[in-house]
Amino acid sequence: MKEYTYTEKKDTRSGFGDGLLEVGRKNPNVVGLCADLIGSLKMGAFQKEFPERFFQVGIAEANMMGLAAGMTIGGKIPYTGTFANFSTGRVYDQIRQSIAYSGKNVKICASHAGLTLGEDGATHQILEDIGMMKMLPGMTVINPCDYNQTKAATIAIAEYEGPVYLRFGRPVVPIFTPADQKFEIGKAVMLNEGTDVSIFATGHLVWKAILAGKMLADKGISAEIINIHTIKPLDAEAVLASVAKTRCVVTAEEHNRLGGLGDSIAQVLAANTPAPQEYVAVNDTFGESGTPEELMEKYGLTENDIVAAAERVISRK
Amino acid sequence: MDELKQTAAQVRRDIVRMVHAVNSGHPGGSLGCTDFFVSLYFSVMNYSTDFTMDGKGEDLFFLSNGHISPVWYSTLARAGFFDVKELSTFRKLNSRLQGHPTTHEGLPGVRIASGSLGQGLSVAIGAAQAKKLNNDDSLVYVLMGDGELEEGQIWEAAMYAPHHKVDNLIATVDRNGQQIDGSTAEVGGLGDLRAKFEAFGWHVMEADGNNFELLLPALEEAKAATGKGKPVIILLDTEMGFGVDYMMGSHKWHGVAPNDEQLEIALQQLAVNTAADY
Repeated sequence: MKEYTYTEKKDTRSGFGDGLLEVGRKNPNVVGLCADLIGSLKMGAFQKEFPERFFQVGIAEANMMGLAAGMTIGGKIPYTGTFANFSTGRVYDQIRQSIAYSGKNVKICASHAGLTLGEDGATHQILEDIGMMKMLPGMTVINPCDYNQTKAATIAIAEYEGPVYLRFGRPVVPIFTPADQKFEIGKAVMLNEGTDVSIFATGHLVWKAILAGKMLADKGISAEIINIHTIKPLDAEAVLASVAKTRCVVTAEEHNRLGGLGDSIAQVLAANTPAPQEYVAVNDTFGESGTPEELMEKYGLTENDIVAAAERVISRK
Repeated sequence: MDELKQTAAQVRRDIVRMVHAVNSGHPGGSLGCTDFFVSLYFSVMNYSTDFTMDGKGEDLFFLSNGHISPVWYSTLARAGFFDVKELSTFRKLNSRLQGHPTTHEGLPGVRIASGSLGQGLSVAIGAAQAKKLNNDDSLVYVLMGDGELEEGQIWEAAMYAPHHKVDNLIATVDRNGQQIDGSTAEVGGLGDLRAKFEAFGWHVMEADGNNFELLLPALEEAKAATGKGKPVIILLDTEMGFGVDYMMGSHKWHGVAPNDEQLEIALQQLAVNTAADY
């Protein structure tokens, strides 16, 4: 198992904030909009440096999506910032009509996704957002795994013309991807080559997949670990190449098992090369209050859960 | 003025023929807003029919209540954005003239999809703010239905625009007092719209939307009111179905097409040079 180490932990939302500042310096058309969560989204540095290109919208997310769509008409590249729940479910129809169907170049940047939002509880812990967003024709869905990758993704999406959903989170997590990485939308990242099982993980679960890979290696199991930072468009080629070797799959995501990464992978397998698959995901339920660690354990999203899923799926080959 | 009236009659002929041909669509609001659309595109706005999405240096128009697409399509065609013959494809398979306006099929003149109500004001404000960032001093217009004002997003946007001094925007409301299930007073309790928008910080005007002699000066006055720190809104008093007597004064013709006989009556009432029909 390839060695992954880290010296620092940081939140992915800070990767967004720092990436936004950097892309703002590079591209004068980048504008920021925020719905009363500047601190939480780490948009303060951008606001301070580019006050004329930053729009405090207040607690009015529907309006924010419409404003962003309108700004693209003048050639702007709007980055909207609020929690994932309010970036998707609350404004689904606005995104559907004014952004996706209208083909507008809006970057919907969503923090505090999933259970790791923690103590605020289920009202704020959206676990359905990947599903909602990937169902929209033309929408790109990205869920990077650490600070560096979130920063790189934030910068990269400005170069891509079209609507993007960029999902990240609240807690500090290990920084293990390179600071100078080139972020390629739709291109899976091979983290460890293996032969017994393919583990496809996204977001916060990527680091847990690495931990699981070490534990599996200790048991003599060779896990191939692939970071799927872009759920749509999915890198089906990378998925199929891996499954051709391992013939079984574990998917891992901080999302409902319905509609997320697991289902996207299952669809590729079903259409091309049916293979056993185990989901590490939230089992079609709402979350609750608790610390991120407690919640990830209770809802089955730890490295131990990935190991158990790998062993189960290997036995089904 | 006579020319505008002629054009309006032609647009109204197009509207009733378009909805009749596919036995669907929304003639009532379209007819009521015809004079407004003709005023905008044949007198008030500066634009190029050589359409670009950005519309830099041009006045932009957004239709928020997208169901009155027939009047917009006809106006755009008559203004030269596309061939009037294309009006015959309205609501048919593979048409650029979808039931509700969209950018998806690339129809010149349309910059956003609309139909699901309440979204156009936000879009127009965003476009207006982009114009300011681009040092583009042209204006942004948007039309909303009065029933549409029951949507919450409208009031989010209504609060935002004055707060951000979006004063290069002229919003308009088709105040015909009707919506699908009855009058706006009965269904939604819209109340005093002037007082409401004034309380939100808008420069509010009212105008007769079916009388060019009153409407054109009002639109010029609205233009003169821009650039003064406040967004402008005009409450346009219109009559649903205006120009076709049996469609007037009721919400019944909101989304119903005339039959063959009713079409003939409507066309007789809208008699212009029929050689110009599509």
